[in-house]
Amino acid sequence: MTKDQVKQIVIDIINEIAPDEDTSDLKGAINLREQMDLDSMDFLDIVMELRKQHGIEVPEADYPELASLDSCANYLTPKFNDK
Amino acid sequence: MLSRIVITGVGLTSPNGNTIQEYRNNLLGGIAGVQLIDMRYMGKVPAGVCSFDTKKYQSRKELRVGTRAGSIAIYAAHEAILNAGIALESIDKTRVGVYVGTTEHGNVETENEVYNISKFDYDTRYWTHHHNPRTVANNPAGEITINMGITGPHYTIGAACAAGNAGLIQAVQMLRLGEVDLALAGGVSESIQSFGIFAGFKSQGALGSHDDVSKASRPFDKSRNGIVVSEGGAIYTLERLEDAKARDAKILGEIIGYRINSDASDYVLPNPERQAECMHAALKNAGLSANDVDLVNTHATSTPQGDIQECKAIETVFGSSPKTYINNTKSFIGHAMGAAGALELAGNLPSFQDNIIHPTINIEELDSECALKNLVINEPLKVDAVKVILNNSFGMLGINSALIVQKFEN
Repeated sequence: MTKDQVKQIVIDIINEIAPDEDTSDLKGAINLREQMDLDSMDFLDIVMELRKQHGIEVPEADYPELASLDSCANYLTPKFNDK
Repeated sequence: MLSRIVITGVGLTSPNGNTIQEYRNNLLGGIAGVQLIDMRYMGKVPAGVCSFDTKKYQSRKELRVGTRAGSIAIYAAHEAILNAGIALESIDKTRVGVYVGTTEHGNVETENEVYNISKFDYDTRYWTHHHNPRTVANNPAGEITINMGITGPHYTIGAACAAGNAGLIQAVQMLRLGEVDLALAGGVSESIQSFGIFAGFKSQGALGSHDDVSKASRPFDKSRNGIVVSEGGAIYTLERLEDAKARDAKILGEIIGYRINSDASDYVLPNPERQAECMHAALKNAGLSANDVDLVNTHATSTPQGDIQECKAIETVFGSSPKTYINNTKSFIGHAMGAAGALELAGNLPSFQDNIIHPTINIEELDSECALKNLVINEPLKVDAVKVILNNSFGMLGINSALIVQKFEN
């Protein structure tokens, strides 16, 4: 799985949990919270959907890795490829 | 001297109407709002379902995070503010109180999450973090405050199926104490999403049915066989009379008396003696006699025993009041649980203007034990005047409430 594919998985999850947000032009390097109205509960939702839909576990200590799309891709791609 | 408290706005969603006008028209037109729904584990059951525009006042994210009870409450609260002619942005939101009656809260979300984790071999890592904010008892009232930016007090009043009246009574008391200047109060119900509510009534032998689903809720009919559970909500704006007058508000009615009491006798079975005491005490509180009441809204839920018990209580209080008429709203919309008292009052309030009493419908053969002499059956009744309404609402664990509303006249 490529980093771009992982980014798309994260965007698909964001579209589910924050359906009012426009995710068509998200910048990879910029924090998601600076680009969208996401709160701490939303990040817990992202963690839950990664678990439910893809069997990916994100320990609490690693939550900062989900800050931007780029950091999500860097952190999650090996996890997807190790499944 | 206690402040006089008036109703200046009402917002609602019921199974047969999403505005007070639509709702009233259907009550006068004999149009019921009961349908069959698919219930988890149970199959088809009759229920009252609301079809309001959920996105009118909520974002999609709010709808995803919040509860159905919250959504109903938010819709009704906004509609009430609109109906009252209040500009939300121009009022002091620290002085607004939100008091919402509920029969229960949390069953829906808990059942949903147990079902959800059943798909993951009951691994609780899949249990949502939204569970607690969704299931705390203050949820529907709290969702109103978050949505509308209200920073005064909010809470729900758990009073079983007397909760709609209890919400209004709480608001009257808080306005009189000077705790708030504007109250958003009433009741809501999301109970049709909980299989447990239906299964509980079924186990109790109290779940209504009929081959024609629109007749499943038929209080006082000889063949009645139980309750039709409904969702819905009615929220009112209540103000002190002087405040309402100062802003030249239209006044829909004045709450002039109330009483809540307890049976102290059974978890489920009603107690007509205590119900009669409750109505008598409300009349005393209002400074009225039974003869002064033009219309009594019955709580009757279409159960074989409960309807008879309430009729006994009403006969005790109003048996010698030739001009007191009796009706029932659940025959149209089923039992909206925590919303019932508030919704049923809203269905009758317009009679202050049109002097028409909506009927109780679905009576093919009146049960002789429910044959109150002024029961308005199947067709609306035009009367000389409706000036005083007594609104009954009773609930499990033996909680009774009676609210008295008077047409406002300067």
